[in-house]
Amino acid sequence: MTGTVVRASGLTKRYGNFTAVDGVDFTLEQDRIYGLLGRNGAGKTTVMQLLTGQLFPNAGTLEVFGREPAEHADVLRRMCFIAESQRYPEDFTSAHVFTAAPWFFEHWDAAFAERLVADFRLPTKRRIKKLSRGQLSAVGVIVGLASRAPLTFFDEPYLGLDAVARHIFYDRLLEDYAEHPRTIVLSTHLIDEVANLLEHVILIDRGRIMLDRDADEVRGSATTVAGPRAAVESFVADRAVIGREGLGGLASVTIDGRLDQRDRLQAAELGLELAPVSLQQLIVHMTGTDLGADTAEEVAA
Amino acid sequence: MGRQLDDSRPIFLQIAEQVENDIIDGVLKEDEQIPSTNEFAAFYRINPATALKGVNRLVDDGIVAKRRGIGMFVTAGARARLIERRRAEFAAEYLRPLIVEAEKLGIDIDELAGLLRAERIQS
Repeated sequence: MTGTVVRASGLTKRYGNFTAVDGVDFTLEQDRIYGLLGRNGAGKTTVMQLLTGQLFPNAGTLEVFGREPAEHADVLRRMCFIAESQRYPEDFTSAHVFTAAPWFFEHWDAAFAERLVADFRLPTKRRIKKLSRGQLSAVGVIVGLASRAPLTFFDEPYLGLDAVARHIFYDRLLEDYAEHPRTIVLSTHLIDEVANLLEHVILIDRGRIMLDRDADEVRGSATTVAGPRAAVESFVADRAVIGREGLGGLASVTIDGRLDQRDRLQAAELGLELAPVSLQQLIVHMTGTDLGADTAEEVAA
Repeated sequence: MGRQLDDSRPIFLQIAEQVENDIIDGVLKEDEQIPSTNEFAAFYRINPATALKGVNRLVDDGIVAKRRGIGMFVTAGARARLIERRRAEFAAEYLRPLIVEAEKLGIDIDELAGLLRAERIQS
């Protein structure tokens, strides 16, 4: 079964003079894993807070499970939002959190939560404020996974988690998602680590959507061409340039758009080197300051 | 296993190609079952939808076929068809870049042929 879970149109959120989310349009389809990517302050968290009814938009329309999220308990019950720095009541242990979780999440799987506690080696009897930063993140990750909410948001879920713990998170997420498909939105800076988990990527910068594409379409969609400046320039002449670097007579230019066999041969004949651009590098190019606003328009075109 | 995915091409293509390689190498025999989408997803740490897309490509190409309720199996004659296709691609994929690089270095065709033979004797 598939359907549209979230439909946002012209969605806008302002704080005084500052526009955090600037008239964005997007949809989230059921049972997909999304990456909501962008730099700090790009508007990712604001978008997620709007979707989960924690903020009211200033303009635009927003439907989550077919209706406005704010103040609709039936919609809110189907969502789980794991914030970067979740606060818990004073004196709470993680055992308290896991006991309370089924009151909010009807699909809560206590056995799965227990397994995750063991995986993450989380001390459940220690008070949460005494936990390390990584252990605190583990509490959030466990709630996010074991709640099995039809729409789950992870906002920078793993501050302080070590590489092993992060890979446990990725593995458990994939395993559980395979058995219990649901819509998951991952917001993170560790783009290289999650790139392969994502089915779809939404890149946001300064409150606007820069890229909204299937992850596999993004992969291999940009290439860095390096070599003698004149040869590079002639090769990229009629292509969409999203990044440009140079050193003396050498140039390295990143272009958007897939290269075919003929392009590759032409590049080889010109003595140019072609290098694939990872999702993370692409995002650095698209949201860096080197080319500014022109880049966004070229890519959108 | 040492199987790495790279950033240059869509993952689904790489999944399909690795299955094809296994068929060509004889690791996967005709009539043998290939791993499930979720097994691919877990092994490569990729989205199951991406793995499914790779498997579907193999189905479209007639390399594997679904047996209802059981899984995907390598079709009869898959290996021969794959080899035929790879041979057709061989010139563009391997020979053209080789010739381009050889020309750059001033190696003519006869010398190149000699180098190929010498390399073959060594290996």
